[in-house]
Amino acid sequence: MAAPEAMVQVEDATSFKAGGKPSLYAARNRVYPKRVEGLYRRLKWIALVVLLGIYYIAPWLRWDRGPGIPDQAFLVDMPNERAYFLFIEIWAQEVYYLTGVLILAAVGLFLVTALGGRVWCGYACPQTVWTDLFMWVERKIEGDRNARMKLDKQSLSGGKVVKKALKHGIWLLIALLTGGAWILYFNDAPTVTREIFTGQASSKVYFFVGLFTATTYTLAGWAREQVCTYMCPWPRFQAAMFDEDTLIVTYQAWRGEPRGKHHKGQSWEERGDCVACNQCVAVCPTGIDIRDGNQLECIGCGLCIDACDTVMDKIGRPRGLIKLDTNANQLRRAKGESPRLRFLRPRTVIYTLAMAAVAAVMIWGLTTRSSMHINVLHDRAPLYVPLSDGSIRNGYTIKISNMRRDARTLTLTIDRVPGATMTVVGQERKDVTIALLDVGQDTVGTFRLFVTAPGTSVTDSAMPLVFLLMDPASGEAQHYETVFRGPEP
Amino acid sequence: MPTKIEKDAYTGIDTTGHEWDGITELNRPLPRWWLYVLYATIIWSFGYYVAYPSIPGITGHTPGVLGWTMREQIRDDLAAARADQAQFRSAIEERSLAEIRQDPDLLNFALAGGRAAFADNCAPCHGTAALGGKGYPSLADDDWLWGGTLESIHITLLHGIRYAQNEETRQNEMPRFGVDELLTSDQIDDVVEHVLSYTGRSEDAAAAARGAEIYTEQCASCHGEQGEGNMELGAPSLRDEVWLYGGERAEITESVAYSRAGVMPAWSHRLDASTIKMLTVYVHSLGGGQ
Repeated sequence: MAAPEAMVQVEDATSFKAGGKPSLYAARNRVYPKRVEGLYRRLKWIALVVLLGIYYIAPWLRWDRGPGIPDQAFLVDMPNERAYFLFIEIWAQEVYYLTGVLILAAVGLFLVTALGGRVWCGYACPQTVWTDLFMWVERKIEGDRNARMKLDKQSLSGGKVVKKALKHGIWLLIALLTGGAWILYFNDAPTVTREIFTGQASSKVYFFVGLFTATTYTLAGWAREQVCTYMCPWPRFQAAMFDEDTLIVTYQAWRGEPRGKHHKGQSWEERGDCVACNQCVAVCPTGIDIRDGNQLECIGCGLCIDACDTVMDKIGRPRGLIKLDTNANQLRRAKGESPRLRFLRPRTVIYTLAMAAVAAVMIWGLTTRSSMHINVLHDRAPLYVPLSDGSIRNGYTIKISNMRRDARTLTLTIDRVPGATMTVVGQERKDVTIALLDVGQDTVGTFRLFVTAPGTSVTDSAMPLVFLLMDPASGEAQHYETVFRGPEP
Repeated sequence: MPTKIEKDAYTGIDTTGHEWDGITELNRPLPRWWLYVLYATIIWSFGYYVAYPSIPGITGHTPGVLGWTMREQIRDDLAAARADQAQFRSAIEERSLAEIRQDPDLLNFALAGGRAAFADNCAPCHGTAALGGKGYPSLADDDWLWGGTLESIHITLLHGIRYAQNEETRQNEMPRFGVDELLTSDQIDDVVEHVLSYTGRSEDAAAAARGAEIYTEQCASCHGEQGEGNMELGAPSLRDEVWLYGGERAEITESVAYSRAGVMPAWSHRLDASTIKMLTVYVHSLGGGQ
């Protein structure tokens, strides 16, 4: 663990006004990250290409589900209350699967963070990925760190206007593509793309494309690290997932200090390896100094490691002055002990078990889910109707979901009330003991049903009644327990 | 209260001067753009003052440049809803009741419209669940005074029952056998004994036999030879378990002595043709429709 004094943040000094009275508002310090090469930069490029590739290509993948059903591999069909993920089709009432996915994602995030620090923040978070892409565009047009700083200090000239206009134009184009791609997950991709360009898409589509274009442009182009530092809740509590065995980006202060400029031929005795070149600060996308220790603003991307390793190679010192390491190992190294990694820790084991449990529940739910559901609503007004022959009639509304891709004829029977018979409204056959219900493919059938029981068998004001729904073809069965009401005995 | 602004020894950051029980607050400033976002929302809010009715005066309020009011909005919404309903309404007016029941869309519309019209116009007497009460028949059961087919219900709704203002109203009255001294008190008791025998409740076979003769003479023309009732005349069955005015001995005696003559208004005077048709379909759907 670095000494507390080393954690002082230089930026905080900027919040003072000349009079010595601290300001409650901090001015934005513009960050001009420098280009860097190395292992972590390569990993970041790979993550960027893979993730953007998935994002832009996934909605175009097709998946044949049969006639009359969308053939888009990933589709959330809001108007029809269906979601399609490859071979899985989820109805609106099954949205709890999404809860499972979210829990899995959350616990997964905890596990990854406990093991490797803010891997998510540095490599996979959309904010990071799109900011990286926008910075790449910026660098291609305006040049590297020094050129950009110089350009921003220049007074307005023709060349500056052209460069800025080009940069913002390309940013907006990327933002538009991002917003456009988001829409594809909620509509048939080829159809809605054609509609967007021919002006036939709904105003809703244009609104959301515009909204996501605006947010992408603002967040990735302008807000950048401010999103991570001030808007995102995750950095605020991710420290709770860290322990002394978590791999984080560390500055090996025991080896680097005391730092200072180093001239060729000078001895490395009695001084640290840090040559105070400030390359680690120059490449940092959030503009911090990692030598101050682990801090809120650090997204764990490791670009400072690449920068430092490059410098160490140049001056002929061993790599790893800044490296992915644990706090515990840093203490060991400082004492001259050999470092070791502990991946198996109570918290990582618990996170893994929690993930396995959630995954098991989800798989169980998905594999055993029925392709039909019955839902029964007992009439509230009237609760029951006495008939002329002394028998008692109750009304029910029955909803049957047929989640299969073919129409089915299902049988409905009742149990628990002796002598009770059913009449389905609209059917010729009255007072039957087995009702036949036709439900179309992939739809919900609604039926009105009257159940009549002889007065002698209605022994209580509320008797249990069980509806049993069966598919004679497949043998599937579902039951629903409800109530049969009558007069007070 | 801020006391003394000093540098925090551990972090080296200035405090705000706020201190509670030895806990000092560090000055971690908010980004300035955040403040500007707040200002922007405040400025945006003035747009609402200008665009919408807002500032109250003595006699009214500022109307807002858009000229929007909630009342106008409701008026427009209602007009739009009426326009949407127009095609269904005219279809219901044109088609026969049986045709309406065959068409799923029309049936759906008629049931929803009928339910609303029933709650407004019929529920005060027949109840929200259409179960009725003493003197007000249940419309959900299978027992009908004047018939439970679509046509019968439609005629009842159009012209009412014993409703003087309508010439075609359903008209038939039971004589007041007691009040008008058509039968003596003893004869009434005998007739009641006979009526009770239909549902197996007679306790005096001799009286019931005497009553049977009086029944054949006085009652059978409307209620039928065996008390089975006659829907043409609005005469209820005396053999079933549904008694509009109560089926106990005392209640039946009262009905014979004083007569019963419930009145229902004719709705053709108050509701339009399509609403009455929708009510017909709705009442028919309550469970007793024939």
